[in-house]
Amino acid sequence: MKILIIEDEPEMLENMRQTLEREYYTVETASDYKKASTKIGVYDYDCVLLDITLPDGNGLELLKQLKQLGKDDGVIIVSAKDSLDDRIKGLNLGADDYLPKPFHMAELHARVKAIVRRRSFDGNKLIEIGNVSINPENRSVHINDKEVTLNRKEYDVLLYMISNKTRLVTKTALAEHVWGDHIDQADSFDFIYSQIKNLRKKLTDATATIEIEAVYGVGYKLQVV
Amino acid sequence: MKLLNHSTKYFALLLIVLISIWAVIFYFAMLDEVYDSLDDGLENQKELIIRAVKVDPDLLHDNEFGVNNYTIKRTEIDSHTKLKDSYRDTLMYMQNEDEYEPIRILESIFEQDGNHYKIKLITSMVEEDDQIENLFKYLVGLYLLLILSIVVLNNLVMKKVWKPFYTLIDRLKGFRIEKDDPIKQEPTDIVEFKLLNESVERLTEKSRDSYIAQKEFIENAAHELQTPLAIAINKLELLLEKNELSGLQTQEIGAVLDNLTRLTRLNKSLLLLSKIDNKQYLEEERLNVNTLVDSITNDFADFAEHRDMRINVNSSAAVSCMMNKDLAIIMISNFVKNAILHGETGKTVDICIEEHSVTIKNHGTNSALNSDNLFKRFKKSSADSRSTGLGLAISKAIADKYHLQLQYSFEGQHMFTLIFP
Repeated sequence: MKILIIEDEPEMLENMRQTLEREYYTVETASDYKKASTKIGVYDYDCVLLDITLPDGNGLELLKQLKQLGKDDGVIIVSAKDSLDDRIKGLNLGADDYLPKPFHMAELHARVKAIVRRRSFDGNKLIEIGNVSINPENRSVHINDKEVTLNRKEYDVLLYMISNKTRLVTKTALAEHVWGDHIDQADSFDFIYSQIKNLRKKLTDATATIEIEAVYGVGYKLQVV
Repeated sequence: MKLLNHSTKYFALLLIVLISIWAVIFYFAMLDEVYDSLDDGLENQKELIIRAVKVDPDLLHDNEFGVNNYTIKRTEIDSHTKLKDSYRDTLMYMQNEDEYEPIRILESIFEQDGNHYKIKLITSMVEEDDQIENLFKYLVGLYLLLILSIVVLNNLVMKKVWKPFYTLIDRLKGFRIEKDDPIKQEPTDIVEFKLLNESVERLTEKSRDSYIAQKEFIENAAHELQTPLAIAINKLELLLEKNELSGLQTQEIGAVLDNLTRLTRLNKSLLLLSKIDNKQYLEEERLNVNTLVDSITNDFADFAEHRDMRINVNSSAAVSCMMNKDLAIIMISNFVKNAILHGETGKTVDICIEEHSVTIKNHGTNSALNSDNLFKRFKKSSADSRSTGLGLAISKAIADKYHLQLQYSFEGQHMFTLIFP
């Protein structure tokens, strides 16, 4: 799995590289337009993380270049300029997703995994972890080959936790992903606990070999037992 | 009081004084002229009579004012008797008027055949009271006429002259610094107005420039903060991911992350506000407010449940509105969020959708909030450190953008009402 990060801010680049490498992806980086342009011309990537504002050019031009070369690399635009204009332009030019800065690492993983999944044409679209298998197309969950019914939020929580398995996912990141950006000012994110509790119960009842553990009131972590 | 009326008032006062002084002078000048003319007439008559007496001495016996307006009486003179003519005013009974009227009398002494005779000549005088009354009447007439002409002049001429001034005032009244609507000069030949126009234009341009600069500064600052915030948050998340920390350390980092997230929210809110102000949300669609409210309450159901509250939606009419969907969601979400956040646990949040209005009600502190400050930026009603103090300000900005009315009232419950046109 090859990922290219195009980002001019060195620290930002380093953060993204570190977190993605922990997933055993092959991560390559480019810190300006020229280097990026060369790399996308020569190699194929499963996913390109593209910063729009580069010191020597506009990231959207790189996107155009990719499409002109007939490449179908998955592209996630990462931008500090959360402008609707850029988002629409980017998506119209064929980007797969748009991730405004600042974002949570957990969110980055979820987005990258979604892209990678969508692009895996080998027929195996199922996500399998322990004895849990998820089909993202029809949002069905099977544990021990038996279907388990989850409501929308439980499903979203589970998928998000699986995308970030063995990582600590903060309550904020989880709430913003599942409940949407508009929930943000809700005083604390303790309200997500009831959904987690229900999900845990369903997982235990179906004797799943994964469990969601709470971490010191900071967040949650999904572990394979 | 309008400027025109103001000047008219002073004109009126000044005219009263001027005309009164003028009337006194005029009266005495005229009276003097009248006396002069009467006295000349009397003297002429005297000469005529003295001449006639020489021809016809019988006339010397006319010693009563009868048909004649003179008397002649024989008199003795001594060294003390004045021989000069003397004019006097006196009263005499007049048949026609049936009252005493003022007359002018000339007394003189002349010599005829060695005898001295005293001749008295009278003539009817101007009636002073009538004279003053007439004068007063005419002056009042003049005064009113002058005032009338001033008012007419003001209203016709002055209004025309002052037109650039009133146009400018009208423009200033409608001037909004956040709108790109500069005050254009009204062409005028009057130097003072030209100067005023130029000064106003300069002033408004300057204020607008600094307003824009300030807005851009906030926007740029917020933009520039995004990347360092992202780096800081991600670094801490990486640290947490590594699973090398003790429980206490994890909690400390969690607390730092929470605060960075708050900072991010604040920053996003500021950016959102400047985007709304800059009219960066252009796409509009016809939104069904009912479904929007339903989906938002659904999003907040878990949060409400956590606070042991229930959200009741009561729609009795379908409301729709032409606006940007993201902004509509943000606007309504902020109200719902506030209602849950500040509502009393165990109570309900009621949302009533009626013809052209949406009302969000919640129980809470048992007194009305200060509605002056409610929608201002960074005004927090509670000491809750987690709130950015921008939520209602954002909702207000969005409502203003789409010309929706936003009202707050308190009737046992806190009620926020959005009125759709």
